[in-house]
Amino acid sequence: MSTVLTDTVVLTRRSLRHVLRSPDTIITTAITPIAMLLLFVYVFGSAIDTGDGPGEAYVDYLLPGILLITVASGVAYTSYRLFLDLQSGFLDRLRSMPIARSAVLWAHVLTSLVANLVSLALVVLVAVAMGFRSGAGLLAWLGVLGIMVVFTLALTWLAVVAGLTAKSTDGAGGFAYPLLFLPFLSSAFVTTDGMPGPVRWFAEHQPVTSIVDTLRRLYAEEPLGDDVWTALAWCVGLLVLAYALAMRSYRRRTSG
Amino acid sequence: MTTEPRATPTHPPAIEVVGLLKSFGDHEVLRGLDLTVAPGSVHALLGSNGAGKTTAIRILSTLLRPDGGRAAIDGHDVATEPARVREAISLTGQFTAVDDVLTGHENLVLVGQLRHIADPAATADTMLARFGLTEAGDRRAATYSGGMRRRLDIAMSLVGDPSVLFLDEPTTGLDPEARIEVWRTVRELAAQGTTILLTTQHLEEAEQLADRISILHGGRIIVEGTLEELKALLPPARVEYVEKRPSLEEIFLSVVGSAS
Ligand SMILES: Nc1ncnc2c1ncn2[C@@H]1O[C@H](COP(=O)(O)OP(=O)(O)OP(=O)(O)O)[C@@H](O)[C@H]1O
Ligand SMILES: [Mg+2]
Repeated sequence: MSTVLTDTVVLTRRSLRHVLRSPDTIITTAITPIAMLLLFVYVFGSAIDTGDGPGEAYVDYLLPGILLITVASGVAYTSYRLFLDLQSGFLDRLRSMPIARSAVLWAHVLTSLVANLVSLALVVLVAVAMGFRSGAGLLAWLGVLGIMVVFTLALTWLAVVAGLTAKSTDGAGGFAYPLLFLPFLSSAFVTTDGMPGPVRWFAEHQPVTSIVDTLRRLYAEEPLGDDVWTALAWCVGLLVLAYALAMRSYRRRTSG
Repeated sequence: MTTEPRATPTHPPAIEVVGLLKSFGDHEVLRGLDLTVAPGSVHALLGSNGAGKTTAIRILSTLLRPDGGRAAIDGHDVATEPARVREAISLTGQFTAVDDVLTGHENLVLVGQLRHIADPAATADTMLARFGLTEAGDRRAATYSGGMRRRLDIAMSLVGDPSVLFLDEPTTGLDPEARIEVWRTVRELAAQGTTILLTTQHLEEAEQLADRISILHGGRIIVEGTLEELKALLPPARVEYVEKRPSLEEIFLSVVGSAS
Protein backbone atom coordinates (compact mmCIF):
# COMPACT_ATOMS: atom_id res chain seq x y z
CA MET A 1 0.00 0.00 0.00
CA SER A 2 1.21 3.47 -0.75
CA THR A 3 1.93 5.75 2.17
CA VAL A 4 -1.00 8.02 1.24
CA LEU A 5 -3.33 5.10 1.85
CA THR A 6 -1.68 3.80 5.01
CA ASP A 7 -1.41 7.31 6.47
CA THR A 8 -5.08 7.94 5.67
CA VAL A 9 -6.08 4.67 7.30
CA VAL A 10 -4.03 5.43 10.44
CA LEU A 11 -5.46 8.93 10.77
CA THR A 12 -9.01 7.78 10.02
CA ARG A 13 -8.74 5.21 12.80
CA ARG A 14 -7.63 8.02 15.07
CA SER A 15 -10.61 10.24 14.38
CA LEU A 16 -13.04 7.31 14.41
CA ARG A 17 -11.78 6.78 17.96
CA HIS A 18 -12.84 10.34 18.68
CA VAL A 19 -16.32 9.50 17.44
CA LEU A 20 -16.47 6.22 19.36
CA ARG A 21 -15.38 7.96 22.56
CA SER A 22 -18.14 10.50 22.26
CA PRO A 23 -20.98 8.39 20.90
CA ASP A 24 -23.26 11.26 21.89
CA THR A 25 -22.19 12.95 18.65
CA ILE A 26 -23.87 10.17 16.67
CA ILE A 27 -26.92 10.18 18.93
CA THR A 28 -27.20 13.97 18.79
CA THR A 29 -26.91 13.82 15.03
CA ALA A 30 -29.73 11.29 14.83
CA ILE A 31 -31.97 12.69 17.52
CA THR A 32 -33.10 15.94 15.84
CA PRO A 33 -34.11 14.21 12.60
CA ILE A 34 -35.86 11.48 14.60
CA ALA A 35 -37.75 14.09 16.61
CA MET A 36 -38.76 15.77 13.34
CA LEU A 37 -39.88 12.44 11.97
CA LEU A 38 -42.08 11.86 15.02
CA LEU A 39 -43.42 15.41 15.05
CA PHE A 40 -44.29 15.55 11.37
CA VAL A 41 -45.75 12.06 11.14
CA TYR A 42 -47.79 12.03 14.36
CA VAL A 43 -48.63 15.72 14.80
CA PHE A 44 -48.72 17.38 11.37
CA GLY A 45 -48.96 14.28 9.23
CA SER A 46 -52.76 13.99 9.30
CA ALA A 47 -53.07 17.58 8.10
CA ILE A 48 -50.63 17.21 5.24
CA ASP A 49 -51.82 16.00 1.89
CA THR A 50 -48.98 14.75 -0.25
CA GLY A 51 -51.25 13.74 -3.05
CA ASP A 52 -50.32 10.10 -2.74
CA GLY A 53 -52.81 7.32 -2.67
CA PRO A 54 -54.55 6.41 0.60
CA GLY A 55 -52.23 3.43 1.03
CA GLU A 56 -49.12 5.60 1.21
CA ALA A 57 -47.96 6.53 4.66
CA TYR A 58 -46.67 10.06 5.27
CA VAL A 59 -43.53 8.59 6.79
CA ASP A 60 -42.69 7.21 3.33
CA TYR A 61 -43.03 10.68 1.88
CA LEU A 62 -41.05 12.31 4.66
CA LEU A 63 -38.05 10.01 5.05
CA PRO A 64 -35.79 11.31 2.22
CA GLY A 65 -35.90 14.89 3.50
CA ILE A 66 -35.18 13.68 7.02
CA LEU A 67 -32.16 11.75 5.73
CA LEU A 68 -30.74 14.93 4.18
CA ILE A 69 -31.32 16.83 7.42
CA THR A 70 -29.47 14.09 9.31
CA VAL A 71 -26.39 14.59 7.16
CA ALA A 72 -26.64 18.39 7.30
CA SER A 73 -26.55 18.29 11.10
CA GLY A 74 -23.95 15.51 11.26
CA VAL A 75 -21.23 17.18 9.21
CA ALA A 76 -20.87 20.01 11.73
CA TYR A 77 -18.81 17.67 13.92
CA THR A 78 -16.22 17.46 11.16
CA SER A 79 -15.79 21.24 11.23
CA TYR A 80 -15.51 21.07 14.97
CA ARG A 81 -12.92 18.29 15.08
CA LEU A 82 -10.84 19.87 12.33
CA PHE A 83 -10.95 23.23 14.08
CA LEU A 84 -9.72 21.60 17.30
CA ASP A 85 -6.83 19.99 15.42
CA LEU A 86 -5.88 23.41 14.10
CA GLN A 87 -6.21 25.14 17.44
CA SER A 88 -4.44 22.54 19.53
CA GLY A 89 -1.41 22.55 17.25
CA PHE A 90 -1.99 18.89 16.46
CA LEU A 91 -2.35 19.72 12.78
CA ASP A 92 1.06 21.45 12.92
CA ARG A 93 2.56 18.36 14.45
CA LEU A 94 1.16 16.28 11.60
CA ARG A 95 2.29 18.81 9.01
CA SER A 96 5.86 18.70 10.28
CA MET A 97 5.92 14.92 9.90
CA PRO A 98 6.72 12.99 6.71
CA ILE A 99 3.14 12.06 5.91
CA ALA A 100 0.98 12.62 2.86
CA ARG A 101 -0.69 15.99 3.32
CA SER A 102 -3.96 14.91 1.75
CA ALA A 103 -4.20 12.12 4.34
CA VAL A 104 -4.93 14.64 7.09
CA LEU A 105 -8.11 16.00 5.49
CA TRP A 106 -9.27 12.73 3.96
CA ALA A 107 -9.14 11.09 7.39
CA HIS A 108 -11.64 13.64 8.70
CA VAL A 109 -13.81 13.24 5.62
CA LEU A 110 -13.90 9.44 5.76
CA THR A 111 -14.70 9.58 9.46
CA SER A 112 -17.60 11.89 8.70
CA LEU A 113 -18.84 9.44 6.08
CA VAL A 114 -18.80 6.51 8.49
CA ALA A 115 -20.38 8.46 11.36
CA ASN A 116 -23.12 9.87 9.14
CA LEU A 117 -23.92 6.47 7.65
CA VAL A 118 -24.40 5.13 11.18
CA SER A 119 -26.69 8.04 12.05
CA LEU A 120 -28.62 7.49 8.81
CA ALA A 121 -29.06 3.81 9.64
CA LEU A 122 -30.48 4.78 13.06
CA VAL A 123 -32.96 7.16 11.44
CA VAL A 124 -34.05 4.54 8.90
CA LEU A 125 -34.55 2.01 11.71
CA VAL A 126 -36.83 4.42 13.56
CA ALA A 127 -38.73 5.10 10.34
CA VAL A 128 -39.22 1.38 9.86
CA ALA A 129 -40.54 1.11 13.41
CA MET A 130 -42.98 3.91 12.52
CA GLY A 131 -44.30 2.00 9.56
CA PHE A 132 -41.95 2.92 6.74
CA ARG A 133 -42.04 0.14 4.16
CA SER A 134 -40.38 -0.31 0.81
CA GLY A 135 -40.40 -3.17 -1.63
CA ALA A 136 -37.40 -1.77 -3.46
CA GLY A 137 -34.72 -4.20 -4.56
CA LEU A 138 -31.01 -4.17 -3.86
CA LEU A 139 -30.22 -2.02 -6.87
CA ALA A 140 -32.62 0.73 -5.84
CA TRP A 141 -31.23 0.72 -2.29
CA LEU A 142 -27.69 0.90 -3.66
CA GLY A 143 -28.89 3.91 -5.61
CA VAL A 144 -30.17 5.50 -2.40
CA LEU A 145 -26.89 4.70 -0.67
CA GLY A 146 -24.87 6.08 -3.57
CA ILE A 147 -26.72 9.39 -3.56
CA MET A 148 -26.43 9.69 0.23
CA VAL A 149 -22.68 8.99 0.04
CA VAL A 150 -22.06 11.65 -2.60
CA PHE A 151 -24.30 14.09 -0.73
CA THR A 152 -22.49 13.41 2.56
CA LEU A 153 -19.08 13.86 0.92
CA ALA A 154 -20.18 17.15 -0.61
CA LEU A 155 -21.48 18.55 2.68
CA THR A 156 -18.44 17.20 4.54
CA TRP A 157 -16.02 19.05 2.29
CA LEU A 158 -18.09 22.17 2.95
CA ALA A 159 -17.71 21.39 6.64
CA VAL A 160 -13.95 21.16 6.09
CA VAL A 161 -13.99 24.67 4.64
CA ALA A 162 -15.93 25.86 7.68
CA GLY A 163 -13.50 24.17 10.07
CA LEU A 164 -10.45 25.60 8.32
CA THR A 165 -11.77 29.16 8.17
CA ALA A 166 -13.46 29.31 11.59
CA LYS A 167 -12.28 31.69 14.28
CA SER A 168 -14.04 29.89 17.15
CA THR A 169 -15.59 26.51 17.89
CA ASP A 170 -19.08 28.02 17.61
CA GLY A 171 -18.24 29.43 14.21
CA ALA A 172 -16.94 26.05 13.11
CA GLY A 173 -20.32 24.37 13.60
CA GLY A 174 -22.57 27.30 12.76
CA PHE A 175 -22.31 26.97 8.98
CA ALA A 176 -24.71 24.02 9.06
CA TYR A 177 -27.78 25.94 10.27
CA PRO A 178 -28.71 27.43 6.88
CA LEU A 179 -28.39 23.95 5.39
CA LEU A 180 -30.99 22.70 7.85
CA PHE A 181 -33.53 25.17 6.48
CA LEU A 182 -33.26 24.29 2.81
CA PRO A 183 -35.43 21.17 3.15
CA PHE A 184 -38.31 23.31 4.47
CA LEU A 185 -38.30 25.22 1.19
CA SER A 186 -38.45 22.06 -0.88
CA SER A 187 -40.67 19.09 -1.53
CA ALA A 188 -39.23 17.37 1.55
CA PHE A 189 -42.24 17.96 3.85
CA VAL A 190 -45.05 18.99 1.51
CA THR A 191 -45.48 18.98 -2.23
CA THR A 192 -44.47 22.19 -3.95
CA ASP A 193 -47.88 22.50 -5.67
CA GLY A 194 -49.44 24.51 -2.87
CA MET A 195 -46.56 27.00 -2.47
CA PRO A 196 -46.94 30.62 -3.61
CA GLY A 197 -45.23 31.48 -6.93
CA PRO A 198 -41.70 32.66 -6.06
CA VAL A 199 -41.31 30.20 -3.19
CA ARG A 200 -42.48 27.41 -5.44
CA TRP A 201 -40.00 28.45 -8.13
CA PHE A 202 -37.18 28.41 -5.58
CA ALA A 203 -38.32 25.09 -4.14
CA GLU A 204 -38.46 23.43 -7.51
CA HIS A 205 -35.04 24.65 -8.55
CA GLN A 206 -33.00 24.10 -5.43
CA PRO A 207 -31.04 20.86 -4.98
CA VAL A 208 -33.02 19.39 -2.09
CA THR A 209 -36.19 18.89 -4.13
CA SER A 210 -34.56 16.91 -6.92
CA ILE A 211 -32.54 14.81 -4.45
CA VAL A 212 -35.54 14.12 -2.24
CA ASP A 213 -37.77 13.26 -5.21
CA THR A 214 -35.15 10.90 -6.61
CA LEU A 215 -34.70 9.10 -3.29
CA ARG A 216 -38.47 8.78 -2.92
CA ARG A 217 -38.85 7.28 -6.39
CA LEU A 218 -35.95 4.91 -5.83
CA TYR A 219 -37.50 3.19 -2.86
CA ALA A 220 -41.07 3.50 -4.16
CA GLU A 221 -39.88 1.65 -7.28
CA GLU A 222 -41.20 4.39 -9.55
CA PRO A 223 -39.58 5.44 -12.83
CA LEU A 224 -36.82 7.93 -12.08
CA GLY A 225 -37.34 10.45 -14.87
CA ASP A 226 -34.98 13.37 -15.34
CA ASP A 227 -34.84 14.24 -11.66
CA VAL A 228 -32.12 11.71 -11.05
CA TRP A 229 -29.77 13.57 -13.41
CA THR A 230 -30.60 16.89 -11.82
CA ALA A 231 -30.02 15.37 -8.39
CA LEU A 232 -26.71 13.81 -9.40
CA ALA A 233 -25.58 17.00 -11.09
CA TRP A 234 -26.29 18.97 -7.91
CA CYS A 235 -24.53 16.45 -5.66
CA VAL A 236 -21.46 16.01 -7.84
CA GLY A 237 -21.29 19.71 -8.67
CA LEU A 238 -21.48 20.62 -5.01
CA LEU A 239 -18.87 17.99 -4.19
CA VAL A 240 -16.39 19.31 -6.76
CA LEU A 241 -16.95 22.91 -5.68
CA ALA A 242 -16.66 22.12 -1.97
CA TYR A 243 -13.51 20.06 -2.54
CA ALA A 244 -11.87 22.88 -4.49
CA LEU A 245 -12.82 25.39 -1.79
CA ALA A 246 -11.48 23.08 0.92
CA MET A 247 -8.13 22.71 -0.84
CA ARG A 248 -7.90 26.47 -1.20
CA SER A 249 -8.74 27.06 2.47
CA TYR A 250 -6.19 24.46 3.49
CA ARG A 251 -3.45 26.15 1.48
CA ARG A 252 -4.42 29.53 2.89
CA ARG A 253 -4.57 28.35 6.45
CA THR A 254 -1.26 26.53 6.27
CA SER A 255 0.86 29.02 4.38
CA GLY A 256 2.07 31.98 6.32
CA MET B 1 34.24 20.48 23.74
CA THR B 2 33.50 23.20 21.23
CA THR B 3 31.94 21.89 18.07
CA GLU B 4 32.95 23.97 15.13
CA PRO B 5 29.92 24.64 12.99
CA ARG B 6 31.81 24.14 9.80
CA ALA B 7 30.66 22.02 6.91
CA THR B 8 32.92 19.37 5.47
CA PRO B 9 32.24 18.12 1.94
CA THR B 10 30.66 14.93 3.26
CA HIS B 11 28.83 16.52 6.19
CA PRO B 12 26.69 19.52 5.48
CA PRO B 13 25.68 21.38 8.63
CA ALA B 14 22.65 19.81 10.27
CA ILE B 15 20.98 23.20 10.19
CA GLU B 16 22.06 26.02 7.93
CA VAL B 17 20.23 29.31 7.77
CA VAL B 18 21.40 32.20 5.61
CA GLY B 19 19.83 35.65 5.51
CA LEU B 20 16.38 34.43 6.49
CA LEU B 21 13.60 37.02 6.15
CA LYS B 22 10.06 36.85 7.45
CA SER B 23 7.44 39.55 7.95
CA PHE B 24 3.84 39.42 9.12
CA GLY B 25 2.18 42.32 7.35
CA ASP B 26 4.62 45.18 7.80
CA HIS B 27 6.03 43.72 10.99
CA GLU B 28 9.50 42.46 10.06
CA VAL B 29 10.21 39.62 12.44
CA LEU B 30 13.30 38.03 10.90
CA ARG B 31 15.63 40.47 9.15
CA GLY B 32 18.49 38.36 7.91
CA LEU B 33 18.83 35.48 10.33
CA ASP B 34 22.03 33.44 10.00
CA LEU B 35 22.53 30.23 11.90
CA THR B 36 24.73 27.18 11.48
CA VAL B 37 24.40 24.13 13.67
CA ALA B 38 26.87 21.26 13.40
CA PRO B 39 25.57 17.69 13.34
CA GLY B 40 25.23 16.20 16.80
CA SER B 41 25.47 19.47 18.67
CA VAL B 42 23.03 21.25 20.94
CA HIS B 43 22.36 24.83 19.97
CA ALA B 44 20.35 27.24 22.06
CA LEU B 45 18.47 30.14 20.55
CA LEU B 46 17.86 32.88 23.07
CA GLY B 47 15.68 35.89 22.65
CA SER B 48 13.12 38.02 24.42
CA ASN B 49 9.39 37.50 23.96
CA GLY B 50 8.46 38.23 20.37
CA ALA B 51 12.07 38.08 19.13
CA GLY B 52 11.06 35.56 16.46
CA LYS B 53 12.33 32.28 17.93
CA THR B 54 9.11 30.40 17.21
CA THR B 55 8.89 31.96 13.76
CA ALA B 56 12.39 30.68 12.96
CA ILE B 57 11.57 27.20 14.28
CA ARG B 58 8.34 27.10 12.25
CA ILE B 59 10.21 27.97 9.09
CA LEU B 60 12.83 25.30 9.80
CA SER B 61 10.13 22.70 10.36
CA THR B 62 8.42 23.54 7.03
CA LEU B 63 5.31 25.02 8.66
CA LEU B 64 5.96 28.56 7.47
CA ARG B 65 7.41 29.88 4.22
CA PRO B 66 10.24 32.39 4.52
CA ASP B 67 9.99 35.63 2.53
CA GLY B 68 13.65 35.45 1.62
CA GLY B 69 16.94 33.86 2.48
CA ARG B 70 17.67 30.18 2.69
CA ALA B 71 17.31 27.44 5.26
CA ALA B 72 18.45 23.86 4.90
CA ILE B 73 18.37 20.77 7.09
CA ASP B 74 21.05 18.15 6.38
CA GLY B 75 21.60 19.94 3.08
CA HIS B 76 17.91 19.84 2.08
CA ASP B 77 16.25 23.18 1.43
CA VAL B 78 13.13 23.69 3.55
CA ALA B 79 11.31 25.50 0.75
CA THR B 80 12.11 23.23 -2.17
CA GLU B 81 12.54 19.84 -0.51
CA PRO B 82 10.10 19.95 2.43
CA ALA B 83 9.42 16.21 2.24
CA ARG B 84 13.12 15.38 2.72
CA VAL B 85 13.31 17.88 5.56
CA ARG B 86 10.32 16.30 7.33
CA GLU B 87 12.03 12.91 7.14
CA ALA B 88 14.95 14.29 9.13
CA ILE B 89 13.28 16.53 11.70
CA SER B 90 10.93 16.43 14.59
CA LEU B 91 9.22 19.35 16.25
CA THR B 92 8.15 19.93 19.82
CA GLY B 93 6.27 23.18 19.45
CA GLN B 94 5.99 25.91 22.03
CA PHE B 95 2.52 24.71 22.96
CA THR B 96 1.85 21.07 23.74
CA ALA B 97 0.27 19.27 20.81
CA VAL B 98 -1.07 15.92 21.97
CA ASP B 99 -4.40 14.31 21.14
CA ASP B 100 -6.47 14.71 24.31
CA VAL B 101 -9.00 12.07 23.37
CA LEU B 102 -6.36 9.37 22.91
CA THR B 103 -4.40 7.77 25.73
CA GLY B 104 -0.69 8.47 26.11
CA HIS B 105 0.06 5.06 24.63
CA GLU B 106 -2.24 5.64 21.68
CA ASN B 107 -0.68 9.02 20.99
CA LEU B 108 2.76 7.42 20.80
CA VAL B 109 1.56 4.52 18.66
CA LEU B 110 -0.10 6.98 16.28
CA VAL B 111 3.18 8.82 15.71
CA GLY B 112 5.02 5.51 15.34
CA GLN B 113 2.58 4.33 12.68
CA LEU B 114 2.78 7.62 10.80
CA ARG B 115 6.57 7.41 10.85
CA HIS B 116 6.35 3.81 9.65
CA ILE B 117 8.59 2.38 12.38
CA ALA B 118 8.86 -1.36 12.92
CA ASP B 119 7.05 -1.87 16.23
CA PRO B 120 5.03 1.18 17.26
CA ALA B 121 3.49 -0.48 20.34
CA ALA B 122 6.86 -1.57 21.79
CA THR B 123 8.36 1.85 21.08
CA ALA B 124 5.37 3.45 22.80
CA ASP B 125 5.99 1.33 25.91
CA THR B 126 9.67 2.25 25.93
CA MET B 127 8.88 5.94 25.63
CA LEU B 128 6.28 5.81 28.40
CA ALA B 129 8.81 4.18 30.70
CA ARG B 130 11.51 6.65 29.76
CA PHE B 131 9.31 9.63 30.59
CA GLY B 132 7.78 8.20 33.73
CA LEU B 133 4.37 7.82 32.15
CA THR B 134 3.95 4.04 32.29
CA GLU B 135 1.27 4.26 34.99
CA ALA B 136 -0.65 6.88 33.05
CA GLY B 137 -0.15 5.24 29.66
CA ASP B 138 -3.69 3.94 29.38
CA ARG B 139 -5.35 7.14 30.53
CA ARG B 140 -6.58 9.79 28.13
CA ALA B 141 -4.11 12.63 27.71
CA ALA B 142 -6.88 15.04 28.73
CA THR B 143 -6.49 13.76 32.31
CA TYR B 144 -2.74 14.52 32.43
CA SER B 145 -1.17 17.39 34.32
CA GLY B 146 0.60 20.09 32.33
CA GLY B 147 3.98 18.51 33.02
CA MET B 148 2.81 15.06 32.00
CA ARG B 149 1.37 16.42 28.76
CA ARG B 150 4.65 18.14 27.98
CA ARG B 151 6.60 14.96 28.65
CA LEU B 152 4.24 13.02 26.38
CA ASP B 153 4.62 15.76 23.77
CA ILE B 154 8.41 15.45 23.84
CA ALA B 155 8.21 11.65 23.85
CA MET B 156 6.05 11.82 20.71
CA SER B 157 8.71 13.92 19.02
CA LEU B 158 11.36 11.32 19.73
CA VAL B 159 9.51 8.41 18.15
CA GLY B 160 11.28 7.38 14.96
CA ASP B 161 14.69 8.74 16.04
CA PRO B 162 14.74 12.00 14.08
CA SER B 163 18.25 13.26 13.38
CA VAL B 164 17.36 16.91 13.99
CA LEU B 165 15.13 17.92 16.86
CA PHE B 166 13.53 21.32 17.42
CA LEU B 167 12.50 22.04 20.98
CA ASP B 168 10.63 25.32 21.33
CA GLU B 169 10.75 26.24 25.03
CA PRO B 170 10.63 22.58 26.05
CA THR B 171 10.66 23.14 29.79
CA THR B 172 8.32 26.11 30.14
CA GLY B 173 5.70 25.21 32.72
CA LEU B 174 7.54 22.16 34.01
CA ASP B 175 8.42 21.71 37.67
CA PRO B 176 12.15 21.49 38.53
CA GLU B 177 12.10 17.71 38.59
CA ALA B 178 10.48 17.40 35.17
CA ARG B 179 12.83 20.05 33.85
CA ILE B 180 15.85 18.07 34.99
CA GLU B 181 14.34 14.99 33.35
CA VAL B 182 14.03 16.86 30.05
CA TRP B 183 17.60 18.09 30.39
CA ARG B 184 18.76 14.53 30.94
CA THR B 185 16.91 13.45 27.79
CA VAL B 186 18.47 16.25 25.76
CA ARG B 187 21.95 15.21 26.93
CA GLU B 188 21.24 11.56 26.10
CA LEU B 189 20.01 12.46 22.64
CA ALA B 190 23.02 14.66 22.03
CA ALA B 191 25.29 11.82 23.11
CA GLN B 192 23.59 9.60 20.55
CA GLY B 193 24.31 12.14 17.83
CA THR B 194 20.96 13.91 17.53
CA THR B 195 21.24 17.55 16.56
CA ILE B 196 19.13 19.76 18.79
CA LEU B 197 18.03 23.33 18.33
CA LEU B 198 16.25 24.58 21.40
CA THR B 199 14.78 27.91 22.31
CA THR B 200 14.47 28.92 25.89
CA GLN B 201 13.71 31.76 28.24
CA HIS B 202 15.70 30.07 30.98
CA LEU B 203 19.25 31.14 30.46
CA GLU B 204 20.41 28.54 32.90
CA GLU B 205 18.97 25.95 30.55
CA ALA B 206 21.17 27.19 27.72
CA GLU B 207 24.16 27.22 30.05
CA GLN B 208 23.43 23.66 31.10
CA LEU B 209 22.75 22.12 27.71
CA ALA B 210 24.07 24.06 24.80
CA ASP B 211 27.36 23.59 22.96
CA ARG B 212 26.75 26.90 21.29
CA ILE B 213 24.40 29.77 21.95
CA SER B 214 22.85 32.36 19.63
CA ILE B 215 21.10 35.47 20.79
CA LEU B 216 18.29 36.61 18.48
CA HIS B 217 17.51 40.28 18.71
CA GLY B 218 15.98 42.73 16.26
CA GLY B 219 15.48 39.97 13.71
CA ARG B 220 19.13 38.96 13.58
CA ILE B 221 21.63 36.92 15.55
CA ILE B 222 23.61 39.54 17.42
CA VAL B 223 25.90 37.18 19.27
CA GLU B 224 26.88 33.59 18.61
CA GLY B 225 29.41 31.33 20.26
CA THR B 226 30.17 28.93 23.05
CA LEU B 227 29.35 29.96 26.57
CA GLU B 228 33.03 30.78 27.11
CA GLU B 229 33.14 32.92 23.98
CA LEU B 230 30.04 34.77 25.08
CA LYS B 231 31.53 35.38 28.49
CA ALA B 232 34.56 36.95 26.90
CA LEU B 233 32.26 39.43 25.17
CA LEU B 234 31.07 41.01 28.35
CA PRO B 235 32.33 44.57 28.47
CA PRO B 236 35.55 44.62 30.52
CA ALA B 237 34.34 47.52 32.63
CA ARG B 238 31.62 45.28 33.84
CA VAL B 239 33.93 42.35 34.52
CA GLU B 240 36.05 44.41 36.85
CA TYR B 241 33.47 44.60 39.55
CA VAL B 242 31.76 41.31 38.83
CA GLU B 243 34.01 39.03 40.76
CA LYS B 244 32.20 35.75 40.18
CA ARG B 245 32.05 34.28 36.71
CA PRO B 246 29.39 36.24 34.82
CA SER B 247 26.18 34.34 34.30
CA LEU B 248 24.60 33.99 30.92
CA GLU B 249 21.81 36.17 32.19
CA GLU B 250 24.19 39.05 32.72
CA ILE B 251 25.70 38.53 29.28
CA PHE B 252 22.26 38.37 27.72
CA LEU B 253 21.07 41.57 29.33
CA SER B 254 24.30 43.29 28.46
CA VAL B 255 24.34 42.41 24.74
CA VAL B 256 20.62 42.88 24.24
CA GLY B 257 20.80 46.16 26.08
CA SER B 258 23.64 47.53 23.99
CA ALA B 259 22.07 46.34 20.73
CA SER B 260 18.80 48.16 21.16
N1 LIG C 1 0.93 34.29 12.27
C1 LIG C 1 1.31 35.50 12.71
N2 LIG C 1 0.69 36.60 12.28
C2 LIG C 1 1.08 37.83 12.70
N3 LIG C 1 2.09 38.05 13.54
C3 LIG C 1 2.76 36.99 14.00
C4 LIG C 1 2.41 35.66 13.61
N4 LIG C 1 3.26 34.81 14.23
C5 LIG C 1 4.09 35.56 14.96
N5 LIG C 1 3.80 36.87 14.83
C6 LIG C 1 4.53 37.99 15.46
O1 LIG C 1 5.89 37.82 15.21
C7 LIG C 1 6.66 38.18 16.34
C8 LIG C 1 7.58 37.04 16.71
O2 LIG C 1 6.80 35.97 17.21
P1 LIG C 1 7.45 34.62 17.70
O3 LIG C 1 6.32 33.76 18.18
O4 LIG C 1 8.32 34.07 16.66
O5 LIG C 1 8.33 35.11 18.94
P2 LIG C 1 9.08 34.25 20.05
O6 LIG C 1 10.50 34.70 20.03
O7 LIG C 1 8.83 32.82 19.85
O8 LIG C 1 8.38 34.79 21.36
P3 LIG C 1 8.02 34.01 22.72
O9 LIG C 1 9.25 33.99 23.54
O10 LIG C 1 6.98 34.87 23.35
O11 LIG C 1 7.52 32.67 22.36
C9 LIG C 1 5.69 38.57 17.42
O12 LIG C 1 5.59 39.97 17.45
C10 LIG C 1 4.38 37.96 16.97
O13 LIG C 1 3.30 38.74 17.38
MG1 LIG D 1 7.91 31.41 20.88
